[in-house]
Amino acid sequence: MALATQLLYDIDQIRSDFPILNEKINGKPLVYFDNAATTQKPNSVIQAIKSYYETINANIHRGIHTLAEKATAEYELTREKVGEFINAESSEQIIFTRGVTESVNLVAQTYGRAFLKPGDEVIISAMEHHSNIVPWQMICEERGAVLKVIPINDEGELLMDEYEKLLSAKTKIVSLVHVSNALGTVNPVKEMVEKAHEFGAVVMIDGAQAASHSHIDVRDLDADFYALSGHKFYGPTGIGVLYGKRELLEKMPPYMGGGEMIKEVSFAKTTYNDLPYKFEAGTPNIADTIALRKGIEYMEGIGFEAIAAHEHELLVYATEMLTSFPDLKIIGTAKEKVSVCSFVIEGIHPQDIGIILDSEGIAIRTGHHCTQPLMDRFKIPGTARASFALYNTIAEIDKLGKGIEKVLRMAK
Amino acid sequence: MIDIQSIENELVEDFSLFETWDEKYEYIIDLGKKLAPISEEYKTPERKIKGCQSSVWLVSEFKDGVVYFTANSDSVIVKGLVSLLIKVLSGQQPDTIINSNLDFMNKIGLMQHLAQTRSNGLLAMVKQMKLDAMVYKSQNL
Repeated sequence: MALATQLLYDIDQIRSDFPILNEKINGKPLVYFDNAATTQKPNSVIQAIKSYYETINANIHRGIHTLAEKATAEYELTREKVGEFINAESSEQIIFTRGVTESVNLVAQTYGRAFLKPGDEVIISAMEHHSNIVPWQMICEERGAVLKVIPINDEGELLMDEYEKLLSAKTKIVSLVHVSNALGTVNPVKEMVEKAHEFGAVVMIDGAQAASHSHIDVRDLDADFYALSGHKFYGPTGIGVLYGKRELLEKMPPYMGGGEMIKEVSFAKTTYNDLPYKFEAGTPNIADTIALRKGIEYMEGIGFEAIAAHEHELLVYATEMLTSFPDLKIIGTAKEKVSVCSFVIEGIHPQDIGIILDSEGIAIRTGHHCTQPLMDRFKIPGTARASFALYNTIAEIDKLGKGIEKVLRMAK
Repeated sequence: MIDIQSIENELVEDFSLFETWDEKYEYIIDLGKKLAPISEEYKTPERKIKGCQSSVWLVSEFKDGVVYFTANSDSVIVKGLVSLLIKVLSGQQPDTIINSNLDFMNKIGLMQHLAQTRSNGLLAMVKQMKLDAMVYKSQNL
């Protein structure tokens, strides 16, 4: 097996920024390999939440007192930071949601409901998370539209020629996962957006798994909509993002009604607020939004290239280690993939792998990863998935190897 | 028929010999491996217990006033857990099954150690076994 190569940043320093990494699980040091489900949070994010409540807690946008102005300023700074982070044209095109699930539902329920007609087609792929399947099924059923699915090959890559065959004048929306949560595949979304645009379709991209691994540029991708979940890239839970092109967001009807999203209300007629507030009814998740900025700044402080290089090393090392077990098979072997290793072991249920690894303090995810149609495609009930983040180490992957030896010893 | 309390006590005693959870798991897995397989024809959606990440199929039979259980699962740990329940509940009268509180699961630290998702699965199995017992009881009043 390859020797641990030189790290691109001081990993001990990085790890000391994440208090949870000092936890012991079943008496063993925590090895956290469930990063595709949610990443751990650095001190700066945790402190930002605490500090907000301790020093500037106030409702935003309405108050004229100092605290309200401070809270509003901090909140809006995150919007600007997110805009820069994904290279949006303006921060007004950044809508705060609870996460990718809400962002997809928002687009389906507003753009979809307003513009889909009977017989129109919506294209998704075989590797979508349930959150990018069910909202489209719901709106297609309501509008009499048809849902089409791009198939994949055995490596877990989209079949581009099949995608081109599905595209037609009937295609109104294409909604694609940027990076697969279950397989780690990085899809060629830029090329796919371009092809969809040739037919006049709008493209939504689920970026839940992309944001922690690479720099996202919505303008370069020419994405019409792009969705993020804060907790997947070192930010808090309960805060996410919907980016949209201005002309699309402007012609979409509002999603939820209430305070904040209005200009004037009377019982005869209500006029709606401008972007982005038109889509942000009610008091938002202020504390977590403010802390989200700290998560982005944390990644920027390390540098996206250094993160990507570190995670690539972990992926290569883990893939080599895992494939040395004869009965183990990696599911998802795309040429372009992030640091996610989904695997099955002949004769052992993924749940048993997860339970035995947990007894060694190793946290992985087991099951269908909210991608049941994808698991059906591979004819498996689920996988065991180890997913790596910027704070993981080669030594931790060696522990995973020892853990798998224990699994084989006990459960075979 | 051995009374349910004696079986539970015996299990608690067995588990008290183990010092670590690894030893307990090894014992549970061993029970799982030894559990007599059920015939493929019984692996139907109706017999599948919901609430588990893995699949568990439970089959029961009523004979001479007592209920017999057999089960299978694609997870060997779950098979071991269900075989603990079978050890205690199989061969008992419907009323005994319905009224059992299965205290042994707490005494051996099973409920405390299993993560919530897994203990939900275990409780779903207990619930199904009790439901089966209720059905046999009502059919034979």
